[in-house]
Amino acid sequence: MAGIVGWGAHMPRYRVKVEEIARVWGASAEAYKKGLDVREKSVPAPDTDTITLSVTAARRALARAGIKGSEIGACYVGSESHPYAVKPSGTVVAEAIGATPECRCADFEFACKAGTEGMAVSLGLVDAGMVKYALGIGADTSQGAPGDALEYTASAGAAAYIMGLEGIVAECEHTYSYMTDTADFWRREHQYYPQHAGRFTGEPAYFKHVAGCTNGILEKSGHKPSDFAFCVFHQPNGKFPATAAKQLGFKPEQWKQGLLCPLLGNTYSGSSPMGLSAILDVAKPGDLILHVSYGSGSGSDGFVYRCTNRIAEVQSKAPKTRDMLEGERFYLSYGEYAKFRGKIIMNERGA
Amino acid sequence: MRDVAIIGVGTNPKWGELWGQSLRDIFVEAALAAIDDAGVDHLDGMYVGCMSSGIFTGQEHLGSLFADYLGQKHLPATRVESACASGGLAVKSAFLEVASGYRDIVLAAGVEKMTDVSGAQATYALGTASDSEYEGYHGATFPGLYAMMAKAHMARYGTTPEMLASVAVKNHANGALNPVAQYQSLITVEQVLGSVMIADPLHILDCSPITDGAAAVIVCPLEMAKKISKKPAVKIAGIGHATDTMQLAHRADVTWLESTARAAESAFKMAGVSQKDIDLFEVHDCFTIAELAVIEALGLVDRGKAGEATMKGRTARGGDIPVNASGGLKSKGHPVGATGAMQIVELTRQLRGEAGKRQIAKARRALAQNMGGTGGSAVVHILEVA
Amino acid sequence: MPSANYTREIPQRYRLEASRCKKCGAVHYPPRLVCPECKGREFEATVLPSNGKLVTYTIISVGPSQFSDQVPYALGIVEMEGGVRLMAQVVDVPLEKIAIGMPLTLEFRKLYEEGKAGIVCYGHKAVPA
Repeated sequence: MAGIVGWGAHMPRYRVKVEEIARVWGASAEAYKKGLDVREKSVPAPDTDTITLSVTAARRALARAGIKGSEIGACYVGSESHPYAVKPSGTVVAEAIGATPECRCADFEFACKAGTEGMAVSLGLVDAGMVKYALGIGADTSQGAPGDALEYTASAGAAAYIMGLEGIVAECEHTYSYMTDTADFWRREHQYYPQHAGRFTGEPAYFKHVAGCTNGILEKSGHKPSDFAFCVFHQPNGKFPATAAKQLGFKPEQWKQGLLCPLLGNTYSGSSPMGLSAILDVAKPGDLILHVSYGSGSGSDGFVYRCTNRIAEVQSKAPKTRDMLEGERFYLSYGEYAKFRGKIIMNERGA
Repeated sequence: MRDVAIIGVGTNPKWGELWGQSLRDIFVEAALAAIDDAGVDHLDGMYVGCMSSGIFTGQEHLGSLFADYLGQKHLPATRVESACASGGLAVKSAFLEVASGYRDIVLAAGVEKMTDVSGAQATYALGTASDSEYEGYHGATFPGLYAMMAKAHMARYGTTPEMLASVAVKNHANGALNPVAQYQSLITVEQVLGSVMIADPLHILDCSPITDGAAAVIVCPLEMAKKISKKPAVKIAGIGHATDTMQLAHRADVTWLESTARAAESAFKMAGVSQKDIDLFEVHDCFTIAELAVIEALGLVDRGKAGEATMKGRTARGGDIPVNASGGLKSKGHPVGATGAMQIVELTRQLRGEAGKRQIAKARRALAQNMGGTGGSAVVHILEVA
Repeated sequence: MPSANYTREIPQRYRLEASRCKKCGAVHYPPRLVCPECKGREFEATVLPSNGKLVTYTIISVGPSQFSDQVPYALGIVEMEGGVRLMAQVVDVPLEKIAIGMPLTLEFRKLYEEGKAGIVCYGHKAVPA
């Protein structure tokens, strides 16, 4: 079966604190920190977008895979903040890593699970023998509406996965997907910010699909929660994945390594893929990993991975996710954050 | 080659933001002033240096336009371009037509009309003198490129912001005596250092301004000069011209202006003189750091020592190497294509003894250094009393 | 920037593709048709390394229109391992901490957008190594 041959992640160095956002909007920072288990979130500078984050993540995945960009046969970027509405993010990424011209490409969108769909399709293409290596990326620089609850978490980051049959570091033993049409969070064409349905985003949306997917893949694979060294769920805040994990029978020592949201925020399509990258950075040969994403709209993709001996050889070949998360970072004022995120009405250039 | 002399010089009345005057207006004013100064009754040819009339005014084909508006029907006329060295290149081109014997009386002018466009558009136009793909694409501006040269010069030689500022102060002190200059005000080092930063370490008062202006000279064979003109003939004794890499990143040494050094060497060789034989200099102080780097490249001071020399007053009007008695680009203004021609106008007046309060005593031989971009091209002229 | 122009420059801007003169070994970025060192006309393709150091820089406070919202930004000359130099912005570091000689790595970034409807222009910037 196909598996992960190389992985890489990237996040901006800028942050804004929950206190700073709450200060401007007259909200209780403590309430948000407690309620969401988020303290700060990453902020992309104006020169950073889904494409640039994806390129750096992809280059790191290539470094760990130990292959050349020209060997990649498919490039799929999943995001809800693609820089263009028409013209794929994937073509720029493929050009930047030297995968063109013999490379399949189209962009994916399924809210926060666009990346994992790309990863699943990549595994499928490889298993089908259509391509030797396929690149699936989850990346976002999503916008949270000013003063809205989601503004405290909407952040930026990317994780890239090269799937193949040779040089596997984590073999994909099972995949599963659980999907319905559920309008918990959406954005219409030409709208700048998304809408969400408040408390409906919890139990009938996130928890229903995450649980449906997890139970489905456990049944299909015959595994029980205690079989897994690590698990990672989609992280819209720090609370939901911990609650889901507990409800599904997992323990904190299994999900702690992959839970980045308290310091990173919700990187949307990057969310659980980045959590997975933090796990792969430290996993040992033989470790079993459960990865379950969630994308509003709604659906969850599930993967069971088994780490191979090769994983230990390549972990150090690119920056580690928690080193980036907890390393040197620069805190912005709300004004700087608003400027970076294009939330300020600028003058049209006429003269 | 025949000896060539300058018999007429002129400019439009004032350099500055000339809202009421068009590109063709200011060219014609300068050209007529030179024609009147020369006392000639006809021209055989014309060269005009202009960097960016297309972007600034939407106008190209200046040879035809200017010959037409100068009332010189059917005159062969050529527009030359070498960014900020366009004016110097026009003078060199006119020289060659006369020196070769091909033509006798040729006008060489420089002009630029920069104020019809916004500041942003002017910055864009000026940026075309740098590498648009590999410098402009990354956000480079002209102050930014010279600022990089300044930082390297400061790191290597200990040049200070005060030394840079003292160039601007000196040039304003000179320009205050120049009725054509855009800025005729005195400034202080404190004012320069306190003015808004454009590109660290260059403040706005370290930078030459955006200016409309034109300057023109008339050249003819030296033999003929003595018959036509009552004014003392000024001979073009030496010319040098060289280019260098376009990208600052490709220069062997970002603190050194190789094109100026080579152009100067050629000019000195052709004129049969050296630095010590020159009584005054007009150099291309598009930014204060440029004047420092130029006087080093001309061999007037040792490498790295230009700042010190300026602080000591050596380049002031009363110093042993007077530089930019006209006020330089900083104070006169820098209508890009006109600057090189204006340097020749100023030095001709100095050598004739017509420079009024700016006069350098006993000026017999002078050097003009004009350069394009960050030093991608340079033209040097050596003039002497005939 | 016109699409044809932008697309032509992709190998240099996205992948740092350069040329090495077969006769004298000099590496040129961007690639050339004739070697300025030896006038040779045959080249082999090569790629610049991503690591280098800062040769000189400035902090631009007044930028051209596509960059005017990004000021102040640092722009410098970076010498890559092997000696080839290029111009790049220096980012992800407080401006006062930038120093000549500091080690840098090139990272893929957006340079600017052609307004709200035009193309997005990408390239590399330098970050602390």
